[in-house]
Amino acid sequence: MALDNKTDAGKRQFKIVGTRPLRPDGVDKVTGRARFGADMSAPGMLVGAVLRSPHPHAQIRSIDTTRARALPGVHAVVTRADFPTVDDAAIADILDNCMAGDKALYDGHAVAAVAAASGAVARHALELIAVDYAPLPFVTDVDAAMKPDAPALHPSRADETVPPGLSANVMARHQFGHGDIEAGLAAADRVLERSYRTEATHQGYIEPHACLASVGPDGKADLWCCTQGQYMVRNTCAAILGMEQGSLRVTPSEIGGGFGGKTTVFLEPVALLLSKKAGRPVKMVMSRDEVFRASGPTASTSIDVRIGMTKDGRITAGFAELRYQGGAYPGSPVDMGSMSAFAPYDLEHVKTIGWDVVTNRPKQAAYRAPGAPMAAFAVESAIDELARGFGLDPLEVRLKNAAREGTRASYGPTFPAIGLEATLRAAKDHPHWSAPLGPNQGRGVACGFWFNFGGDTCVSLNITPDGTVTVSEGNPDIGGSRASMSMMAAEELGIPYEKVRTIIADTGSLGQNDVTDGSRVTFAVGLATIEAARAAKREMCKRAAQVWGIDADAVIWEDGAVRPVSPNAGKHPPMTLAEIAAIASNTGGPIAGHCEVNAEGAGVSFGTHIADTEVDPETGAVKILRYTVLQDAGKAVHPDYVEGQFQGGAVQGIGWALNEEYIYGDDGRLQNAGFLDYRIPVASDLPMIDTVILEIPNPGHPYGVRGVGETPIVPPLAAVANAVSHATGVRLTHLPISPPRLLAAIRAK
Amino acid sequence: MSAIHVTTTINNDATEFLCAPDETLLDVLRDRLGLTGSKEGCGSGDCGACSVMLDGRLVCACLVLGAEAEGRTVATIEGMAVGETLHPLQRKFLEHAALQCGICTPGFLIAAKALLERHPDPTEEEARYWLAGNLCRCTGYDKIIRAVLDAAAEMREAG
Amino acid sequence: MPRVKLWGSLAASIDGQSEVEVRARTLRELLDTLKQEYPALRPQLDRGVSVAIDGVIYNDDWFTPIRDDSEVVLLARLKGG
Repeated sequence: MALDNKTDAGKRQFKIVGTRPLRPDGVDKVTGRARFGADMSAPGMLVGAVLRSPHPHAQIRSIDTTRARALPGVHAVVTRADFPTVDDAAIADILDNCMAGDKALYDGHAVAAVAAASGAVARHALELIAVDYAPLPFVTDVDAAMKPDAPALHPSRADETVPPGLSANVMARHQFGHGDIEAGLAAADRVLERSYRTEATHQGYIEPHACLASVGPDGKADLWCCTQGQYMVRNTCAAILGMEQGSLRVTPSEIGGGFGGKTTVFLEPVALLLSKKAGRPVKMVMSRDEVFRASGPTASTSIDVRIGMTKDGRITAGFAELRYQGGAYPGSPVDMGSMSAFAPYDLEHVKTIGWDVVTNRPKQAAYRAPGAPMAAFAVESAIDELARGFGLDPLEVRLKNAAREGTRASYGPTFPAIGLEATLRAAKDHPHWSAPLGPNQGRGVACGFWFNFGGDTCVSLNITPDGTVTVSEGNPDIGGSRASMSMMAAEELGIPYEKVRTIIADTGSLGQNDVTDGSRVTFAVGLATIEAARAAKREMCKRAAQVWGIDADAVIWEDGAVRPVSPNAGKHPPMTLAEIAAIASNTGGPIAGHCEVNAEGAGVSFGTHIADTEVDPETGAVKILRYTVLQDAGKAVHPDYVEGQFQGGAVQGIGWALNEEYIYGDDGRLQNAGFLDYRIPVASDLPMIDTVILEIPNPGHPYGVRGVGETPIVPPLAAVANAVSHATGVRLTHLPISPPRLLAAIRAK
Repeated sequence: MSAIHVTTTINNDATEFLCAPDETLLDVLRDRLGLTGSKEGCGSGDCGACSVMLDGRLVCACLVLGAEAEGRTVATIEGMAVGETLHPLQRKFLEHAALQCGICTPGFLIAAKALLERHPDPTEEEARYWLAGNLCRCTGYDKIIRAVLDAAAEMREAG
Repeated sequence: MPRVKLWGSLAASIDGQSEVEVRARTLRELLDTLKQEYPALRPQLDRGVSVAIDGVIYNDDWFTPIRDDSEVVLLARLKGG
């Protein structure tokens, strides 16, 4: 039986993939019927609430919960003393972040939680908990935290990569690259040395974290929550609470945005423990203030760059030293930043050094291409400054140095077919690049890179007796993935898109699935969906051959039906999927296909962005006039949602460049824990975001698909900063480019 | 603190409820009446996810007390479609893929409907400023604005 | 025998060798052999690595085949958002 293999991705003619059907979950989401995290409820449900530290760093001498427990309506109170001891260091950090142990490590760190008959009673109970804090010296700035005499959060947790004599806040050192930096710099006509800073930003999903936990006296538990990974929640909670994974079933709600911020747990283990103690279901929902103070954010950074360039625009060497603080625990994404910093360029001499640093801030969570946007801001700003200094076209300079198939990447491997050059050429040809600019206006360009992942994936595809198809997958749909899976299943089976319904399964219904992250879902779940459909087709071929009394090798699947492979096999009219489904009981039983795989082979992705800005010289305000995203998608399964990823990622990056930042006061507390003062872009800040989808097929996917979700947030920080520099003649090396910061720079010119 | 008895009209249905004096209209809708289509993104009037109409005026339900609904009419996302027929804005949001995660969508739809009731022919800039009180983190607003302008055009044609 | 490129931090832990030869036909053999022959790599390998084989990145699949002429690059463990 003939089935297409992985090599035809570039040539294949698609019928459904590449079209723009309506998403299957759409009607529920425009009518208010879709159920998100906070929309779940259960009979007898209690309401949970968390008491949080007002100190950035403090010893917790004691916690007295007597009065809270005595309050009528309070059913359970928990502190860290109620949690089991955890040995695994990574899990122990997650637990400590969910509920502080001996020390509160940041403003907003959870120290106790209650479950009560109502929210009002729960909040009152929190006021009755007496915590005896001994405040400690604190540090929230990455450079300050690296000084040898800085207040230390943890005694000696540095790994073996950290040389002796540094601050105890330095957790790890990373180094990447190849060649000889000094020799490369010596060959340059100019060596630019610059230091850059970016502030911490929050993922800013509009839906706060929420969950509903129900633990029975037999230890069997159910949890409903908004998450990017129900299996991650199950496994992490089970490890924290000493449960067996099979005894905890996690059902994901619709998810109101995540962007990486919902790839870990915050409330979930606490809700489970409260429910266990209370013997009742417990619902917990974070306030926006809690979301800002105790979930997310990303790292703040301090980066030094040295780049050498010849006067004709060839980069002779690139060096960067990156310092990322990841909050109160090890694991900032400085390793990813160090690997991706120079990834778009073909460099003979390249080196990056990354330092992972802890500070008295909330534990950072992944944020869309974790670590890459800040590194790209530094490197793309420096390249732009060099290019413009030589009077060269910054786009031509990038083209001249672009990584191509066969380039040894700055992080090690040799690139297979990649699309960076295609995005640069498309940018050059785009009318945006040559459009005229007015006074106080400037244009910037920048490139970005992200790895993309595969990982553990399960899909179960069932043929119903009437010939419709259901697909169960294990990754929450954060932006239209149910539509994409239905499309790939329909494409493979040769049936209409409307005949397929895709649902997101709970943890009891499929095997392990990795989190919805790393731009993996359309790639990996798509691959598994296609494989599951192929398994079902093989079975249907067998059934039809049996009915016709011919060999299974003598039939072929084509256009949604089984046919004899040639007239020699006999004269049989095609047997459609629906006809085979109708007789499934008579031919061996129900028909299904499934695929369980660790999907390797994700292809890297590149993008180029062009930004036009206008600067008000009186106020320092920056307006985005025009913005174009050009990115390689491998194959765009549903172009609307690919464009949506491009546009949404770009706008998050614009916010990072211009407005968004965590502001800490001298007291070590977060000063702007709300959407009024932490200002994400709004509709009136923006123009339409133009998109160009390029399709350089990923050889590792049957349809050529690459992940697209993360790369779009990488270039905008530098694209906007370069445009502002072009408009004003001053170069901002510290993000965000807020009006006061830009005004001061213009006045200092 | 005794509960307050409130008589009101929600999506054309006569409705009665009891609420605490400090309870918001949003909490009443979501927790007491099961109308969870209005979302809480911030609780401080900054995100617009809880947008509802109160006596024909666009408000954030998190900034209105439940008791204030006494004798008034409330319209929420649950009342926007009529039977099986989606409102043109709902349809255009689907056709333009103007939602990714969908958490902000009910608020945007209510706010956009309020816009088109006042200004049937808004410019792009007017639509952008009217909707500046509604936060979306997924889409970058491009497809939302297109959907609203397209719905406006269709509704004008339908007269 | 496949030659394995090590990223800087790993190379630093074995006296700056940025490339080593390892007799291995699969990813699992590769990682086991590296741990045996270069014990100083063990802490990082135990924390987790990703491996690029001929430019394609793998995370966990033990039986991923490695040819004698494959380009093998150890990478820091990738994490996404």
